[in-house]
Amino acid sequence: MASIEIISPLPGIFYRRPSPESDAFANEGDQVDNNSVIGLIEVMKQFSDLTADTKGKLIRFCVEDSEPVEPGQVIALIDVEE
Amino acid sequence: MSFTKHKLLVANRGEIAVRIIRAAQQLGIPTVAVCSEADKLSLPAMLADEVVNIGPARADQSYLKGELILKAAKETGATAIHPGYGFLSESADFAEAVVEAGLIFVGPSAETIRKMGDKACARTTAQAAGVPVVPGSEGEINSLEEAINTAKDVGYPLLIKASAGGGGRGIRIAYDDSELAKEFVIAQSEAKAAFGSGAVYLERFITQARHIEVQILGDGEQAIHLYERECSLQRRRQKVFEEAPSPVLSPSTREKLCLNAAALAQQLHYKGAGTLEFLYDDSSQEFFFIEMNTRIQVEHPVTEAITGVDLVQWMIKIALGEPLSLQQKDIRIQGSAIEMRINAENPAKGFFPSPGLLESVSWPIGEGVRIDTHLFDNYIIPPFYDSLLAKLIIHGNNRQQAFERAIMALDETQIKGVITTLPLHKALLKEPDIQAGLFHTGTLEMWLSENHEKLIDEEKTHAVTTH
Repeated sequence: MASIEIISPLPGIFYRRPSPESDAFANEGDQVDNNSVIGLIEVMKQFSDLTADTKGKLIRFCVEDSEPVEPGQVIALIDVEE
Repeated sequence: MSFTKHKLLVANRGEIAVRIIRAAQQLGIPTVAVCSEADKLSLPAMLADEVVNIGPARADQSYLKGELILKAAKETGATAIHPGYGFLSESADFAEAVVEAGLIFVGPSAETIRKMGDKACARTTAQAAGVPVVPGSEGEINSLEEAINTAKDVGYPLLIKASAGGGGRGIRIAYDDSELAKEFVIAQSEAKAAFGSGAVYLERFITQARHIEVQILGDGEQAIHLYERECSLQRRRQKVFEEAPSPVLSPSTREKLCLNAAALAQQLHYKGAGTLEFLYDDSSQEFFFIEMNTRIQVEHPVTEAITGVDLVQWMIKIALGEPLSLQQKDIRIQGSAIEMRINAENPAKGFFPSPGLLESVSWPIGEGVRIDTHLFDNYIIPPFYDSLLAKLIIHGNNRQQAFERAIMALDETQIKGVITTLPLHKALLKEPDIQAGLFHTGTLEMWLSENHEKLIDEEKTHAVTTH
């Protein structure tokens, strides 16, 4: 097993759910693939999907829901089969 | 009047905070800026006499927290609070809390904000004042059955609008009964989720309408209008380019529209600056009231340019007790003005945001040029707020001269480090239909989908000349 870091490409606010009342896009332990949305990044009132871009098991979020992020910051870790 | 015993707290950020601080300074009133963690190194914080850091970067933990703003006012001994636009500017609860804390709210009463902020109620109020409204439901619609019955009178296509919505949010379109059946339920649940209230109403959808709005100013006794602004060039219902006066109104329609707006303001005993928004149908020359904004608007400078009236200074003076000395006959249209919103967005890439380090900025100079901005060299544009960086306001003796000056002004403007909407405005000013004033609220989006290549080219040219 190897770990892949999911990096924020943008500065902004990271959200784990589509709206405060909704369920999280993904949880620690979930299986994800290339197209799985794991969160949103809000930049200047515009929202962009953050996708896993890899197939594996999401093992950990490194940023809390609704926290500011910098470009290059690690948002989550995914374990992939080698 | 002397305002020496007063101190004004500006509950906003960005260019409008700068605008308000400068207006207060010109009146000899000391100012307090509030800023979030992300705005500590910002122009308002540098210009104000005092600065209070009110909280983290996120707006809902800082600029939207009324209690933090009131605490800052108490700490600094501020006597009045100007809310600017956005954030808490149209929160009746905040206006009420300010007054309950023994302070002056620069704007209308909480009661007026509440009344005109509720779209269905605003409509009824306008009708009572004899102002034409878009054909629609009388008040809120609570069931699908009621909606389908009402739709017979309103006519299709129609809009389902959230009573508590605004800025283009909470609106759905239906072209027939079956679409209404589907969209009505969605509109109700969306309204509930977004605004906490599921109340909706129906309104005829006038295709190919212009957005024309009338500026009003009142002191609680007397209300006047300061003519209209044409704001039809919009993207996703956000204004991009505004002008005053509208290039299409005949003098008699203009008088009728503006006097109607002033009558409504008078009926409300309106106190402060406000805007009545209308849809205007070119073909029938009819106008219909749609909503009122009980605050200063982003595009207020075009009105200031053509009337010579400082709206922000008047808002402050009226709030502090000075009667409005301007009379309707004093207000005359002098020439023509346009405003171009410079946003940190890339028009060639779907208006993707471009925050970050602004290396340098150089503004145009010359006759009729006004820049409202909070930018300075090496400013780091935070990603947490809206993307408005600056407004270029260009005034000319007539519309053609305003356009000519605007083309020169855009060529002289250099913003390095971030991508902006400057190239969009350059392209728009060269468009024959825009030069001729031939557009409606759907024009810009159509233009954008047809001129994608042009914007990519403009971006490249721009990159060569300014980076």
